[in-house]
Amino acid sequence: MTCHAVARPEEQNAAGVRTVAVVGPPNSGKTTLYNRLTGLRQKVANFPGVTVEHHVGYMRNPLSEEVALIDLPGIYSLHPKSEDERVAVEVLQGKMPGMPRPDAVIVVLNSNNLNTHLVLAARVIALGLPTLVLLNMADELKRQKGAVDVLALARELGTPVALVSATTGEGLEAVRNFLSATSSPPEPLELPVVGSTRSVREWAVRVGETANYRRPATPVWTKRLDNIFLHRVWGPLIFLAVIVAVFQMIFVAGKPLQDILQGFLDATGARVGAILPDGMLRSLIINGVWKGAGSVVVFLPQILLLFLVIGILEDSGYLARAAVIADRTMSRVGLNGKSFIPLLSAYACAVPAIMATRTIENKRDRIATILIAPFMTCSARLPVYTMVIAAFIPGRPVLGPFLSTRAAAMLGLYVLGFLMAVFTARILKSTILRSKDAPFILEMPPYRWPMPASLGLRLVDRGKAFLYRAGTVIMLISIVLWAATNFPMHNGQPPAIQDSWVASVGHAIEPVIRPLGFDWKIGVGLVTSLAAREVIIATLGTLNGIDAEVHSFDLQMALRQELTLPGAVALLVFFAFAMQCMSTLAVVRRETNSWTWPAAQFAYMTVVAYVSAYAAYHITGYFIR
Amino acid sequence: MIFNFIFGRRHRRAHGNGALADLQVGERGIVRELRLDHSIAEHLMNLGFVPGLEVSVERSGPGGDPRVYRVEGTEVALRRELSRYIEVSLVGAAAFGD
Repeated sequence: MTCHAVARPEEQNAAGVRTVAVVGPPNSGKTTLYNRLTGLRQKVANFPGVTVEHHVGYMRNPLSEEVALIDLPGIYSLHPKSEDERVAVEVLQGKMPGMPRPDAVIVVLNSNNLNTHLVLAARVIALGLPTLVLLNMADELKRQKGAVDVLALARELGTPVALVSATTGEGLEAVRNFLSATSSPPEPLELPVVGSTRSVREWAVRVGETANYRRPATPVWTKRLDNIFLHRVWGPLIFLAVIVAVFQMIFVAGKPLQDILQGFLDATGARVGAILPDGMLRSLIINGVWKGAGSVVVFLPQILLLFLVIGILEDSGYLARAAVIADRTMSRVGLNGKSFIPLLSAYACAVPAIMATRTIENKRDRIATILIAPFMTCSARLPVYTMVIAAFIPGRPVLGPFLSTRAAAMLGLYVLGFLMAVFTARILKSTILRSKDAPFILEMPPYRWPMPASLGLRLVDRGKAFLYRAGTVIMLISIVLWAATNFPMHNGQPPAIQDSWVASVGHAIEPVIRPLGFDWKIGVGLVTSLAAREVIIATLGTLNGIDAEVHSFDLQMALRQELTLPGAVALLVFFAFAMQCMSTLAVVRRETNSWTWPAAQFAYMTVVAYVSAYAAYHITGYFIR
Repeated sequence: MIFNFIFGRRHRRAHGNGALADLQVGERGIVRELRLDHSIAEHLMNLGFVPGLEVSVERSGPGGDPRVYRVEGTEVALRRELSRYIEVSLVGAAAFGD
């Protein structure tokens, strides 16, 4: 594959490149087909003002002309009530700002399910663009003894039709030929497009009959596997095993990988630092830029691992079964089964968890899941919890050897985060994110072998999306934080942290955090911990002149001077609830394509944290008095 | 379509009519009406729950909810709550073939 500098679509158009939109229902294999056609020559983009994401990719037609393929979200219809479908309609009608009307459309249908999917084809053909209808999964159709007369169907639809398989590559030359032909718009057909879905569906059945469509039999393996995976006893047991495996994968494999990467980045930073001359520039490069880049990159192992696992679960078809099993439990909180795995992975880190919510088709449930995920106790809170608990809570057994006071406190904080997540979910789902309009409706695809190429592309795609979109925000905030700790300069030297801007911020917010039992040093820690929660430890170390990593006991002692017991409890509660993580905010911004949600989330979590910490401070104070 | 015409209008409880939720696993019914908001009904129809088509209860999830239904080539999981609003007429084991 030739490597091209990918230009913006509008520039491409100026150069006369044809753009072709690709549409199809979910589970039609559209994405696999799209990946097969464009390979790595694609990038993700958002339409302005909507959460809907699309890909723009490039391929060459047989005349060696470059063609831009726009992958639109999976849709069943062109019903403008859903955001995905509204976007598709706007793009196809050329009404999407910044996106010229495509020159042609490729409709990808699942040939195993033709009568249902022809409804979408009818609606798209009626838009009047040159259209190619692809009946995907031809290999499965043949294997399961289905059949369709492609020529008869083409006559009925008035557009070219081809039987293809994205998995095997069968029939894809039809696409290339279509892209080189100067295709004409379809003959205005007598399509019942103005009619109701029901009448279009009846039309589809008639067309299917004319084209001698024989629906393939259900794969026998799908039935057999469902007998096990949805079995009333084995089903939940297997589900639990899968969940434990996912969790282990992120914690046991992801965390060490992250630590190794962090170590490597620190070492490289130190080595580069040794070469550079001493001064502000070195400080900016090492402590601002390099640290910022590092705090982006360290998330990659967890993100990629989680997406690998979820990708396998999704492509194999198990994810839909897992959602069915988890649904009963999740419905009590007002969410659906698909939120389970993202919420669980938030216990490792909210960043990959929020990216994982894209498996939730229901937009409202997806937003709700994104908003509550950061309440789950992530691994970045652990160092803070461990240190504060060690400093203030004496280790005494509570339940004999099984549970000490410290372990109980830790467990309590996990429970606290979980309860707040549940509480928030309930509030959200009964107010702004009511899902009455979008109940749990889940298509169950047959079981399939996941394709490594398809999985790999998705990993590259997600990794890139995170690095570019969230990474830039994280990087910017890192540099701002660096500047705040390194200015104002005295005689060309950066100040001691006590005299820096960040200390001024700490002093400035002291009156606000005083009621929680925090002084300005804790305030500085709260500000710097926005980079990552555990940074507060290093900050408090610096402020007290203690190397936190080497002398953690000394720091614990210093903390006891800083805070009273009620203040320590308030600090723990604050960290349990507050959105002290710019990476999470950046990812929320990226996934919702708006600043509104992350801003609302930050405000909500900060208020909850403040009020709860205030309550915790006074309640604890009352009891120890 | 034609069955809907024959079996009459909504809310009339003729013999063998009821909600999809009332069918047992393994039973089949003809979809008669979706008594749901337009956009939800539309979504269900796009998945195949079109009046006149046959739907079968394939299996029930652990705990009995949600259940998996099959319409033509598609399997769809729905909660019982929703399937109460899908009216069907029961099909005898061999009454209407595929």
